[in-house]
Amino acid sequence: MPVLEDYKGQPPAWCPGCGNYSILKAFKETVVELGIEPYQFTIVSGIGQASKFPHYLKCNTFNGLHGRTLPVATGIRLANHEMLVFAVAGDGDCYGEGGNHLMHAMRRNINVNLFVHDNQIYGLTKGQPSPTSLEGMVTKNHPFGVFSEQLNPMALAVALDCSFVARGFAGEIEHLKELMKSAILHKGFSLLDILQPCVTFNKINTYEWYKKRVYKIEPEYSPDDRINAFTRALEWGDRIPLGVIYRNKRQILEERIPVIRDMPLVKQKFDASKIEDTLRDFS
Amino acid sequence: MDYSIKIGGEAGQGIQTIGDTLAKVFSRFGYHVFTHQDYESRVRGGHNFYQIRIADHLVMTSREKIDIIVALDLDSITLHEKEVSPRGIILYDSSLIGQVPMSGEQAVARLDMPLLELATKHGNKIMVNTVATGAVLGIFRLDLQILAQILETTFQKKGREVVESNIQAALSGYNHVIAHCKTCVFPLEPETSAAKQTMMLMSGIDAIGLGALSSGCKFYAAYPMTPSTGIMNYLAGKEKEFGIVVEQAEDEIAAINMALGASFAGVRSMTGTAGGGFALMVEGLSLAGMTETPLVIALGQRAAPATGLPTRTEQGDLLFAIHSAHGEFPRIVFAPGTPEQAFSLTNKAFDLAEKYQVPVFLIFDQYIADTLWTYKTFDVNPVVWNDYRLRGEEFARLNTYKRHAFTETGVSPLGVPGEARHVVVTDSDEHDEEGHIIEDAETRNKMVQKRLMRKLPLIRCEIKEPLYYGGSNPRIVIAGWGSTYGVMKEAVDFLSKKESIGLLHFSELYPFPSPSPLTQNYFSTLKNAQFTICIENNATGQFARLMRAETGFEFHEKIHKYDGRPFLLEELAGEINARIGRL
Repeated sequence: MPVLEDYKGQPPAWCPGCGNYSILKAFKETVVELGIEPYQFTIVSGIGQASKFPHYLKCNTFNGLHGRTLPVATGIRLANHEMLVFAVAGDGDCYGEGGNHLMHAMRRNINVNLFVHDNQIYGLTKGQPSPTSLEGMVTKNHPFGVFSEQLNPMALAVALDCSFVARGFAGEIEHLKELMKSAILHKGFSLLDILQPCVTFNKINTYEWYKKRVYKIEPEYSPDDRINAFTRALEWGDRIPLGVIYRNKRQILEERIPVIRDMPLVKQKFDASKIEDTLRDFS
Repeated sequence: MDYSIKIGGEAGQGIQTIGDTLAKVFSRFGYHVFTHQDYESRVRGGHNFYQIRIADHLVMTSREKIDIIVALDLDSITLHEKEVSPRGIILYDSSLIGQVPMSGEQAVARLDMPLLELATKHGNKIMVNTVATGAVLGIFRLDLQILAQILETTFQKKGREVVESNIQAALSGYNHVIAHCKTCVFPLEPETSAAKQTMMLMSGIDAIGLGALSSGCKFYAAYPMTPSTGIMNYLAGKEKEFGIVVEQAEDEIAAINMALGASFAGVRSMTGTAGGGFALMVEGLSLAGMTETPLVIALGQRAAPATGLPTRTEQGDLLFAIHSAHGEFPRIVFAPGTPEQAFSLTNKAFDLAEKYQVPVFLIFDQYIADTLWTYKTFDVNPVVWNDYRLRGEEFARLNTYKRHAFTETGVSPLGVPGEARHVVVTDSDEHDEEGHIIEDAETRNKMVQKRLMRKLPLIRCEIKEPLYYGGSNPRIVIAGWGSTYGVMKEAVDFLSKKESIGLLHFSELYPFPSPSPLTQNYFSTLKNAQFTICIENNATGQFARLMRAETGFEFHEKIHKYDGRPFLLEELAGEINARIGRL
């Protein structure tokens, strides 16, 4: 069984007090507790503070481009669906630059776990609003405040029948670990949006701000009812629900492609002997 | 013997069906065939044509002069009548296209035949195509047996009755021509045709698909875009048989990133698009370069910027492909001139992409994609297939593993994630040997030396010199690249009766085959020629600029065509002659 030490990565370059540290801790403990070894999973990340995540761990890593985590993760899963694949991105990365890919990853239902470090701000580029920033938030490049309405990723995901939709909070590590485990064990595309204070650039959505508002969804709640889930997903403001908001049992893309049903593509040997026969198509 | 047939009509009328069927019939009889298509970006209406050349010798370009026009719309006559040769004939049905105005100064033979009536009589008006096909074969007095076989294969799913009525429809077209047009006879060479063997028909786009298949391509992600869609269709048809996954991405950005993901995971991957789609892929190209992830990109050029002339041809993206993407990294660019080259260069692209862990381009265009060529045999055996990836035991045996390790050749071990206990790490940020983010100048310098400087001379050695065609010490040399090979070669054949002329055709373009001991021959041929002409299907002479930048050599003359149409034989030969005349 792996131990925490097995996942030791590079020293993090995040600001002291950043919510990312808690997410990293929760993630490491989750994979240790599930007994998943570093070589058994791949993290695809984009660009942003969140996307440095896999470097601070030890695992197969494809740290690609801003917004492009999901297509890369999709390609990896289609080539090798025995590989556990995570996509780790920030709110700007995933909901802004990569919005189109998010919509289609949900449609495809590729079995990828998407963990979004949602701090409602751009950190790496130093404080511009993200799609999840509150309306009216004033930043250097938005002196009159943000005019656009805040994106609600949970409602978007439920609307698109995303296979697993959950929200966690960096200030609730044990709860976050449970959500990470549920996402990993869920078969289907999982979106776990993780509220994470940016201590440097977001002076509104602080630990205090979140702590006053978040609550854990009651155990009686059934995430299998989509209409209920939509109501819950719309909750934001004074009360912000944490937990599994929605899940369904849609068949995953990998199981629908006949070619890879029995064996991952990467294990299928290339057979050149049949090429000669294909020439018949041309006569 | 050298005949050209033009089938013209609106989109949706089935001119491609007639064209493809005729091409099949003639090639099965053993004749050499060359076809090209000219179509508008619409599903119905407009004016399109399909041109077929039939000969008893190898042909690889279309001609200006047409012997038979099959006119399914009036435009086919008004626009193309002037192309008809003195012996030629126009076949049409006035009940379909209306009364045809008298032709100009030169009377062209016309046969107004009841295509629609005959089709309806045998069951259905959609059989106009079959009647017309039969009629063309009647003009050649060519036995309908092969056509019957083709109709059988095409329609067998629809039942016996449909097959039979189509055969009868073809026969009625055939008989009508024989009964009503005593003068329209185009002699074939029947005495030799029996000895000829059935030819294969291959298009450029099929050859790229077949090349990918033969190279062990396992993953293809793309967004549909003319003229590249044929590759996706071809590979999708082979998914089950060969174990390939074809994914239609939500956009080209996703397509290239999916292909990179699959390649990272350990399978040979490819994407394909046209210029506009490639513009979206460019950041992904840079990612391939930085992460040293093997990738083959088929880039189909079409005419003009932006949406341009979406279904037409141009060689306008050569310098774009070579210079696209931010940052410096090695890449390889090929541009096939024939389906045979398309096949072998696709194979070479896959091999080199993996051998050097670089992106490799196959640049083609609408013209080469759609043209059909005949081959007696098509050799799929000289395929190179080496698995350069580290897998299983071989990977597990290593004590340590660094994805981007510094090596003598610059090529680092390409491990397949999950196959051993080692982790595989790569990054779009500048990284160290393990693949982790760095900022320091020393590592940055070493990485550039590894990724770029060390690989480049090795890649350069893989590039073959251009193909030379012609006699030794030619007085005149014409040069070009990619899809113009066929027309340039035939122009040389045509002009060499009077001139000492040779052709240099470049299909391996980048790294440029600069003068070196390996490529000495071509460069001296070029330098010793008295007169050199660079021929390109673009407006600015991109290849000529590349040649000058790489070698300092400047062509004496340039012939450019940028109307979205390919060069035709007489047109190009005439242009070359005109330039020679000015000497």
